[in-house]
Amino acid sequence: MSESISITTTQPAQTAASPSFWQDARHRLWKNKLAVFGLVVVCVLGALSLASYLWPNLTGYTYARQDLTLGPAPPSHAHWLGTDALGRDLLARLLYGGGISLTVGLYATGVSLIIGVIYGAISGFAGGKVDSVMMRIVDILYALPFVIFVILIMVFFGQSLVLMFIAIGAVEWLTMARIVRGQVMAVKRQEFVEAAHALGLSEARIIFQHIVPNLLGPIIVYATLTMPEVILLESFLSFLGLGVQPPQSSWGVLIKEGADVMQEYPWLLIYPAAAMALTLFSLNFLGDGLRDALDVRGSKD
Amino acid sequence: MSLLNVEKLSTSFHTRNGVVRAVRDVSFQLERGETLGIVGESGSGKSVTCYSIMGLIPQPPGRIEGGRAMFDGVDLLACSHGKLNSIRGRRISMIFQDAMTSLNPFLRIGEQLIEPLLIHEKINRNDAIARALHMLNAAGIPEAETRMNMYPHEFSGGMRQRVMIAMALITKPDLLIADEPTTALDVTVQAQILELIQKMQRELGMAVILVSHDLGVVSGFCDRVMVMYAGQVMESARTDDLFYDTKHPYTRALRQSIPALQMKGQELHTIPGQPPDMLCPPPGCPFAPRCERAVDYCAREEIRLLEVAPNHATACLRVQKEKLAV
Amino acid sequence: MIRFIIRRLLETVPVLFIIATATFFMMHAAPGGPFSSEKQAPPEVQARINAFYGLDKPLFQQYLRQMKHLLTGDLGPSFKYAGRTVNEIIGDSFPVSAELGCEGLFVALLFGLVAGMVAALKQNTFWDHLPMSLAMVGLCVPTFVLGPLLVLVFAIHLDWFNAAGWFFPRDRILPALTLGAVYAAYIARLCRGGFLEVLHQDYIRTARAKGASDARILFKHSLRGGILPVVSYLGPTIAGVLTGSFVVETIFGIPGFGRFFVIAAFNRDYFMVMGSVLFYAVLVIFLNLAADIVLVWLNPRLRFEE
Repeated sequence: MSESISITTTQPAQTAASPSFWQDARHRLWKNKLAVFGLVVVCVLGALSLASYLWPNLTGYTYARQDLTLGPAPPSHAHWLGTDALGRDLLARLLYGGGISLTVGLYATGVSLIIGVIYGAISGFAGGKVDSVMMRIVDILYALPFVIFVILIMVFFGQSLVLMFIAIGAVEWLTMARIVRGQVMAVKRQEFVEAAHALGLSEARIIFQHIVPNLLGPIIVYATLTMPEVILLESFLSFLGLGVQPPQSSWGVLIKEGADVMQEYPWLLIYPAAAMALTLFSLNFLGDGLRDALDVRGSKD
Repeated sequence: MSLLNVEKLSTSFHTRNGVVRAVRDVSFQLERGETLGIVGESGSGKSVTCYSIMGLIPQPPGRIEGGRAMFDGVDLLACSHGKLNSIRGRRISMIFQDAMTSLNPFLRIGEQLIEPLLIHEKINRNDAIARALHMLNAAGIPEAETRMNMYPHEFSGGMRQRVMIAMALITKPDLLIADEPTTALDVTVQAQILELIQKMQRELGMAVILVSHDLGVVSGFCDRVMVMYAGQVMESARTDDLFYDTKHPYTRALRQSIPALQMKGQELHTIPGQPPDMLCPPPGCPFAPRCERAVDYCAREEIRLLEVAPNHATACLRVQKEKLAV
Repeated sequence: MIRFIIRRLLETVPVLFIIATATFFMMHAAPGGPFSSEKQAPPEVQARINAFYGLDKPLFQQYLRQMKHLLTGDLGPSFKYAGRTVNEIIGDSFPVSAELGCEGLFVALLFGLVAGMVAALKQNTFWDHLPMSLAMVGLCVPTFVLGPLLVLVFAIHLDWFNAAGWFFPRDRILPALTLGAVYAAYIARLCRGGFLEVLHQDYIRTARAKGASDARILFKHSLRGGILPVVSYLGPTIAGVLTGSFVVETIFGIPGFGRFFVIAAFNRDYFMVMGSVLFYAVLVIFLNLAADIVLVWLNPRLRFEE
């Protein structure tokens, strides 16, 4: 039986407009309750710390004001989190310290970001021998314990905050460089870059309109995951006495002071430790959530 | 009694966007030594059907919603895990489309070859190795002894597929399920692999289910063909009947799309439109929106597979009404 | 494989050289060292420094002398502990750190691998969320918080262990747990990730199609692939663990290499510092090489990538 091939045009099935990559990511992130929790906590803490910096008298006490008659006192109505050996209000010190720790976190992450992205991007673009050599250097450096050098630098060259940003940032850039380089190479090979070339787009346009947006995802994720490591590193240095100096109070300093008198005045250890743990949790959850939402795969976890 | 009797198999995937009904009420039978081809586009449910029978659907997100798969008196969909494992690899074997990812890159070929023997038969290692060598030879792989100690990535694509076949047939199963075994291969190699499967099938007298999107591949090989679309069976018949007495518009369209049958210089025939969205399939016949012979009830009435001629079933409502006065 | 090893060994020479040079110049550039006029070391030490260094000679010659000393393995005298050389101090303290490190590593691997595998197998159930939550805690609680907390609970309140010291076998337990906790957390997460990735691969599906039992799939098919990220991670971190983490040794009063390094840094005991840095660097490089060899052995595909 032969039939005439008459093609009846039918209405195409109604499909919902598919969301863009960023919309989809935002949607996925929103559904991840832990990540949202992390985001909220970080924002709240950040806001509180900023407030305590702008208005040092926020809690009624500044972070440095001593009350020697009072001495170390457990939490009370006047001092919500208690006081330390010099009668300084713990809550005020905690908030101020939070600001410092977060600031160090941000700046040091920024440093590692800048170095890492530039290094990784160059290596990824150049490819070939240049890339091999650059990555080999990263491999070798990755194996060396930078912490030792940071300690040396802080010991030998004094303890300015700026130096600490740079030193810590210099430790963490390696991972970022690797990630960025990997992403650049993956994107470079993708067919849409070839297509762009075939369409005659200029090199610069390809870089900025196509490659850079693809870098943003992993960069955001790993920047968020680098922050907790940086904060831990800073507190570690402070614990050793190499970081922030009293009476300035980063969380590391507070924890050290608390650990020293842990038996008699446990609140001096518990509250700073809890605050730091909470912040690190939040940053980690947020980072994990971002990674799931943006579907980034890295060389670490 | 049939070797394999699948009744009203339904499998769904519960994704975050909704429930995808990948396989809906699929039924078919397979006799011993018979070759059945399952043909359909991507997303037609042909592979999911086979994975469901073999218990290879990850649950979650997948779920077998209903049906039975009777293999020699045992319902594969309802039996215990241990029972299923005793059947898989010994009486039913499966080979997959991409041999590169389907072979363990960390283990040597020899190790993977003898594994079915070690699992299912009381046999010592040396005997197993001897049988593995024999299988490699039968599968047309030269220098079998050296090859046994190599890793999958040291083989070419065609060789890897031969290894997979050897591995699947080493226990002399009653049924081989081949899921698009040639899709990832060069055309010349495709023919060789199909020949190999055919040769082994005759030697072992086993039944074969060959899954493919290529009607041409299936036609040269299978006794019977089953055409699937949108998770349902559209038509099922002996191969010759399917080609020369087609009883479903989709099958006809597929047939006409085979490039080899076109006259040179003419436009290629395509089927206009898209397969339906499996998240919310439209009511009635899933092919109706694209069907050139559709009428008003096609998009309304639920379809089912009915035998309209000896050993020839179709799900087309129009054909059913004509032939059976239903 | 041999070529690979030789190539790596050759690479280490310039690296060590750079580290030694950098440390040397850092010591000279830093204020408050023995080479500046501020700090006056006791006369005997000063005399020894002069002899060792030839402080009256020009900088470049000092550098060469230092390099020569290093090549012969002579790391110089210590400032703080008069009468002892750096070689001696390292020789005494390193085995302690190594023991602590091995024990910490054992703890980390035991808990980490088990937790990771269980979590991967029982993905998205309680047995996945529980280990991963604990791991998260391990990541977010710093060592110097965990240590004192453990001491507070187990040594002071429960009196099961000593609060410090390194005399009895029992003394090893709290430090090992403290040290291992962080690494266990990382290992658990990496292990889970590795196993999940493997368990979703096509070749696992093939193994199931062959009728393999769950145990067989886990140990024969998944293990090698699943552990890969853990081994990659272990390379650089083994060195950190083995030198016993400065913090743990400080908290528990353990006479290990890390603690001496920190003390030396604070006391500007320059030879000790420099010797420690180099020793540490050599250790790290060799441990990394070992880890890479294991990695290549585990993953046959890497053997052909050159």
